[in-house]
Order: sequence, then structure tokens, then C-alpha cells
Amino acid sequence: MTAFYLWGAYGVTFVLLAAEIVFLARRVRHAQKADKVH
Amino acid sequence: MNTASRWFWFASPQTFFPLAGTVARWCAVAAALLAAAGLYVGLWLAPTDAQQGEVYRIIFIHVPAAWMSMFIYLVMAFWAAVGLAFNTRLSHMMARALAPTGALFTFIALWTGSLWGKPTWGTYWVWDARLTSELILLLLYLGFIALQASIDDTRRADRAGAVLAIVGAVNVPIIYYSVQWWNTLHQGASVSLTKAPSMAATMLGGMLLMALAFWLYSIAVSLVRVRCLILERE
Repeated sequence: MTAFYLWGAYGVTFVLLAAEIVFLARRVRHAQKADKVH
Repeated sequence: MNTASRWFWFASPQTFFPLAGTVARWCAVAAALLAAAGLYVGLWLAPTDAQQGEVYRIIFIHVPAAWMSMFIYLVMAFWAAVGLAFNTRLSHMMARALAPTGALFTFIALWTGSLWGKPTWGTYWVWDARLTSELILLLLYLGFIALQASIDDTRRADRAGAVLAIVGAVNVPIIYYSVQWWNTLHQGASVSLTKAPSMAATMLGGMLLMALAFWLYSIAVSLVRVRCLILERE
């Protein structure tokens, strides 16, 4: 069960941080595209 | 240009934009290196805990995430107050950019705490003062994000969010001192500026490395988000 608690903590943490980076990268691309249009 | 003038010069979103990009890149690289070092120390070098076994290693993300959740809120409230007092656009953008990362670290602190609580306390959740006040912090972050998203006029949204951020800041000392003010299941602080740490030096080192990595990560992503806001608004 120790592996479940450790992987649950570390896994979810790094998945969430990676998700934030991915969403932010998409937002940067959209913002740059919109800025070029204007 | 004297130092004071230079600070005001960077208060303009247009002049801050390239600086934010450079600082974000350096912080991102430093955060990745420090996280790798912190994980190495925390997961390999740090000894197994005599009472808790291996599960205590959750401390290397739980405590830094909890520190960041409180620290980011205070920084967010500071920028919100500066924006409200001086009506500076960049300050409001800084406050807005910090909120999602603050909410994320608050969730991580609650999630990892819950997974640590089950094997050590026998339960995932208890309505303890520390846990409840940390949950309120998450709701404050989400309330701040939702409030700003619900108002179309950005100036009004910034001002409304700023009031909520400033009022909510009272919750941060409540979280910090909750373990002293109330009888809680959550343990007291393991690290204090006034007392010697109650843990092994390797454990403390790993925790501080991870805290520094999370801190630099927060700066990097918040600055990238500020750059997006500048592009979207200006």
C-alpha cells in the first residue's frame, strides 16, 4: 500500500504540474496568434 | 536612470514583457534542476523514517506545496492591494496570473496530505483546523478566479478580485497558526525560523530543495501567464 500512497502523491502532483505547463503553452500560442492578427 | 525610476519603468506592461520572458526562462531551468536534485535527495539519499517507513517521503512535496499555497496567496494579495491603491494595470495582472498556480499548489497540499493521512492517521480527511483552513484557501483561490471570470469589464473584475484577495489574506495566518491555536490532529511545524529543525539534515535538505524548485516554478509559470495577459489585454 505504501507504493499506492507514494505514487498517488508524486504521480498526481507531476501530472497536474505538467498539465498546467501544457495549458499555458497552448494559451501562449493563442495569445501570440491573436496578437499577430491585430 | 536612478533605481526608483527603473522600477517605475518596469511597471509598464510593455517594458515588463521582455524582462518577464527572460526571468521566466531562467527560473524554469533552475526549477527543473532543483526539482531533480530535490527528488534525488528525497527519494534516494534521505533515510527511511523509523516510525512511518517509506510513506513519509510524501513530505518532500506536501510541505513545499503547502508553503507555496500560503506564500502565493500573500503575494497575490500584495499585488491586488498595490493595484487597488495605485490603479496599476500590471499589478492586477500579476495577481490574476498567480491565482491558478496558487490554487494548484493548494490542491496538491490537500491531496498529498490526504494520501499521507490515511496510513499515518487512519483517515484521508478530518475536519481539523489546519485541513479545513487550507480547504478554505482553495475555495478563496477558486472564488477569486471565478469572480474575475464572471465580470466582462476587466477594470471592474480586477477591482472586485482585489477586494476578495485582500480580505481572504486573513486566512493565511489562521492556517499557519491553526496547529497552535487549536487542538489539531495535524502535527506542528517541523521547520521554524526560531527553532532547530526536528528532522535529519538530509530530509530537511531535500525538502528545502523541493521548496526552492516549487518557488522558481511558480515564478516561471506566473510570468509566462502575465505575458499572455499583456498580449490579450494591451
